[in-house]
Amino acid sequence: MILSVNGVEFRYGCRTILENIGFTVRRGEFLSILGNNGAGKSTLLKTLNKILLPQQGSIYVGQQELCKLSRLSIALKMAYVAQNYGSNRQTVFDAVLLGRKPHIKWEATAADLALVQGILVKTGLAEFALRYLDELSGGELQKVVIARALAQEPEVLLLDEPTSNLDLKNQMEVLKTIRTAAKEKNIAVVAVMHDLNLALRFSDKFVLLQDTKVFVAGGSEVMTAENITQAYGVSVSVDRVQGQTVVIPR
Amino acid sequence: MVRDETVLDGGVTHYLKYTWKKKLIMSGLVAMTALLSLYAISAGSAELTPWQVVLTLLGRTEGQSQIIIWSIRLPRVLAALVAGIGLAVAGAVMQNILRNPLAAPSTLGIAQGAAFGAALAIIGWGAGSTPSSGGGALLINSPYIVTISAFVAAMLTTLIILFLAQYKGVSPESMVLAGVALGSLFSAATMLLQYFTNDVNVAAVVFWTFGDIGRASWGELGIMSFVVFGAMLFFLFNRWNYNALDSGTETAKGLGVNVERTRQLGMFVASLITATIVSFLGIIAFIGLVAPHLVKRLIGGDNRFLIPASGVMGALLLLAADTLSRRIIAPVVLPVGAVTSFLGAPLFLYLLVRGSKLR
Ligand SMILES: Nc1ncnc2c1ncn2[C@@H]1O[C@H](COP(=O)(O)OP(=O)(O)O)[C@@H](O)[C@H]1O
Ligand SMILES: [Mg+2]
Repeated sequence: MILSVNGVEFRYGCRTILENIGFTVRRGEFLSILGNNGAGKSTLLKTLNKILLPQQGSIYVGQQELCKLSRLSIALKMAYVAQNYGSNRQTVFDAVLLGRKPHIKWEATAADLALVQGILVKTGLAEFALRYLDELSGGELQKVVIARALAQEPEVLLLDEPTSNLDLKNQMEVLKTIRTAAKEKNIAVVAVMHDLNLALRFSDKFVLLQDTKVFVAGGSEVMTAENITQAYGVSVSVDRVQGQTVVIPR
Repeated sequence: MVRDETVLDGGVTHYLKYTWKKKLIMSGLVAMTALLSLYAISAGSAELTPWQVVLTLLGRTEGQSQIIIWSIRLPRVLAALVAGIGLAVAGAVMQNILRNPLAAPSTLGIAQGAAFGAALAIIGWGAGSTPSSGGGALLINSPYIVTISAFVAAMLTTLIILFLAQYKGVSPESMVLAGVALGSLFSAATMLLQYFTNDVNVAAVVFWTFGDIGRASWGELGIMSFVVFGAMLFFLFNRWNYNALDSGTETAKGLGVNVERTRQLGMFVASLITATIVSFLGIIAFIGLVAPHLVKRLIGGDNRFLIPASGVMGALLLLAADTLSRRIIAPVVLPVGAVTSFLGAPLFLYLLVRGSKLR
């Protein structure tokens, strides 16, 4: 178990955002966090990276308790891609090279540069390598921040709505890249997903949040029409079309 | 997608070329600074040829040129270089950690704090109350007390700013606003002190606030160099942290940066440099603001290059301003602080107008 979350509770002041959250993820697994806007998905992801400290409960990364780890040792194990990120006047190559930061002692080595270039090629960003971030499209920028997280060579990849700015083709490409990397390098992926069908297609596990709590968690067996209808408050049917499970709102 | 070795190597080679370009520009700046230094040492009321300067620096000549160079011109040129490096590097780091392109020693109230400290020493404690028998310009009797008082007041300003950030939740971006407020508070206090004292003291305070490189002799130069180069090393150690901060607070945290501590220490060290330089030399505006902006235009915002290159640019600008202030209506030496403001303001406006692409 690379990540286990037990009884996590998080409050902003006296407003409870998360209550008694628990789930586990193994290496190589892809877990999707689902739920309506404002359900607390981003907040949950931030507690997993110690950007926010939960008031109660425990989070273990491997054998170690998260709150006892330093920022640097967390960064060596986990990469985090925020939901909102700015662009600045920095080249794509430099932006992805920054992912090597936790590993760099004094200066980036030839191996770091080669690794970055490999990731740029894999994510289809090689042709943009020396373009500035503020000259990229939203989708290209989203690929850059994901590429940076991959350059971090983490054991756990935390992604907040990684495909929200991508078109259909790039959604598929990016998620495939992430899944391939996860399977090859045995990385656990925890992603907040806003698209149910993409989540169904790429994930092994699901956590449905509703009203501060886990409504249901588990494998694809929990993604029933009834559960989704209740968690999202929209009536849906779940069908199989050409071998894929799809959710259709009614 | 192609995935063969040549593509991989090709990409890295491209990137390396791109970084070499930055290093080349940086070397160009260093070369220009060296040439200007040579000129600055040779030019003056006693004209020396650059060749004489080189010979003297190598210890191959004796007599008058040796005295002029070693005891007057060399410390002055070195002080301009060191102060330029310090002010520019402090500005570059402040702009990064406060995420505000206007952050600089003078916009954060540190310079005004130092001026208040100096005024307090001169007026309140009489450190400059009796005109020295040397007459004219030298109205400050106890330069050390003035320097120390200026330094303490400047560091106090810094501590107030850090306190506001730490305990009152003022965001880094609004720190410059807090600095402007503090700055005008200190200016008002200085004005009041001046209002209630005699002409001689007012003149001494005004004289002090004009930044002047000539105040540094070898002793002051030693202290300034120690602080500036220690701080430079500290900043270079943190250059990857500053790069991460450029991508936003949360991303930086995800990359393992202790954001709060990096900000506090960075602010503290940058202010320490500024306070040291300003309390020895007086107020020298615009170097900390303009040098990093110029460098960003030339080689971009990557702190691995931005920090050292800003240092060189600051040295070049301040030495140029100081040389100009010595030469323009020689033998009268203008205060360098006036020259930097005079040249810095239009330069900054130009950068704003031309630099819409720049962050
Ligand atoms: N800094 C904050 N202070 C107070 N409330 C917040 C803050 N950030 C988010 N919230 C609230 O927490 C709830 C969950 O937010 P979030 O985790 O971003 O939801 P989502 O599931 O859409 O990612 C929302 O109701 C939001 O208004
Ligand atoms: Mg969210």
